[in-house]
Amino acid sequence: MIGIALLVAAKDLRIEVRSRVLLWQVVPFGVMALLLCGLALGPEQVGHSSAAPGLFYLVVVLVALLMINRSHAIETSAGTRASVATLGLDPAGVFLGKALALAIELWLSAVVLLAGSVVVLHTSLHGTLVAAPSILVTLGAIAAAGTLYGALTSGGNAAATLLPVLSLPAFAPLLIAGERSYSAALHGGALEWWVISVVALAVYLGMGILLYGVLEES
Amino acid sequence: MTLEGLPVVTLRSAVSMANGFPLLSGVDLELAPSSLTVLVGANGAGKTSLLQLLAGLIGLTSGEGTVLGFDLATDDRRLLRRHVGWLGHEGSFYDDLTVAENLTFAAKALARPLDDLPSVLARVDLEGRRDTIAKALSAGQRRRLGLAWLLLRRPQLWLLDEPYASLDDEGRTFFDALLGEVIERGATVVVSAHDPLRSALLAPATVTMVGGRVVTP
Repeated sequence: MIGIALLVAAKDLRIEVRSRVLLWQVVPFGVMALLLCGLALGPEQVGHSSAAPGLFYLVVVLVALLMINRSHAIETSAGTRASVATLGLDPAGVFLGKALALAIELWLSAVVLLAGSVVVLHTSLHGTLVAAPSILVTLGAIAAAGTLYGALTSGGNAAATLLPVLSLPAFAPLLIAGERSYSAALHGGALEWWVISVVALAVYLGMGILLYGVLEES
Repeated sequence: MTLEGLPVVTLRSAVSMANGFPLLSGVDLELAPSSLTVLVGANGAGKTSLLQLLAGLIGLTSGEGTVLGFDLATDDRRLLRRHVGWLGHEGSFYDDLTVAENLTFAAKALARPLDDLPSVLARVDLEGRRDTIAKALSAGQRRRLGLAWLLLRRPQLWLLDEPYASLDDEGRTFFDALLGEVIERGATVVVSAHDPLRSALLAPATVTMVGGRVVTP
């Protein structure tokens, strides 16, 4: 299972590096969305607002939805689905591999978006660094949940629009926990919120390992 | 899992449904080992659906069927899939990976030795294209990459969905020669096509399909 996971993750990341969609489309989209958030807050609010962590996670979700759709579009292109299916890959390994690749892409994007938050939303660099572990775990949980919901919606004509409708309720507790942890790191407060992200990560990984094969078959 | 001397494929009144729509409506078919069969029929006749059933990609709704000794009604279809090879006319690989990367992925996924890669690339005449991205290949080269993928995998049952589409005469001759080799080595090949195969090298059995049924076995 681990061997297949690493094989699938390496393949997904290689495709992403080669196509450069993440670099030239998804990350710039995230930066522009963050910039718009800064403009919407106005110059008086920026730097003083407690909205920055929430806005960061809002942009992360938009970016994640694009990445999840892309991650599954790779597998559903004409002909590929059938021939890869006949490789008989362990579905749990495929799930872990796709979730790992997605998490790495999200972590890399988050580095840019966090830097953008410091510049555009004037969040404190020290607070952002303190929040980094909780952000790492929360994005890992979003990747695991996103991979699961991506498999649920992929292949259909309305996959791009169905994914946000189905996955946002699943992301909600993660976003709340992530936002509270980030806020606590910036403005002081309890850091325990990120435990919710750890539990969610474990739950979604477990669900993915058990259910991914069923979702692929359906 | 195939048993010596027994048919590779046996279908009796095989029905496959998808979303309440019958893809196959009572197919009877028997294929001998080391044989070449061409499924012919108009669009929507059920050729691709039959190939998908044989590949374990769609389920058997009713009737009976065994493929390579696997019971389509009761056995896990994922186990069957590892023994069949699929080549679609659109391509069968990742467009953003190179020829070598695609083949390495397939080999590693099946724990096959990578030592076979150079000889397989030479056999399909893609040695000079090993670092070319799949989407940059011509239609004929893409088909050769699909064949290389199957040669590396060495499946017992080859299922080829309209493999001759958009191939020139040279490509068809190459394809026929390679299919002849794999059949000689013991593989069973099923090909779908719009028209009966006119080949100087191969003498396939032709099965005609109409409306999800086999009308001439």
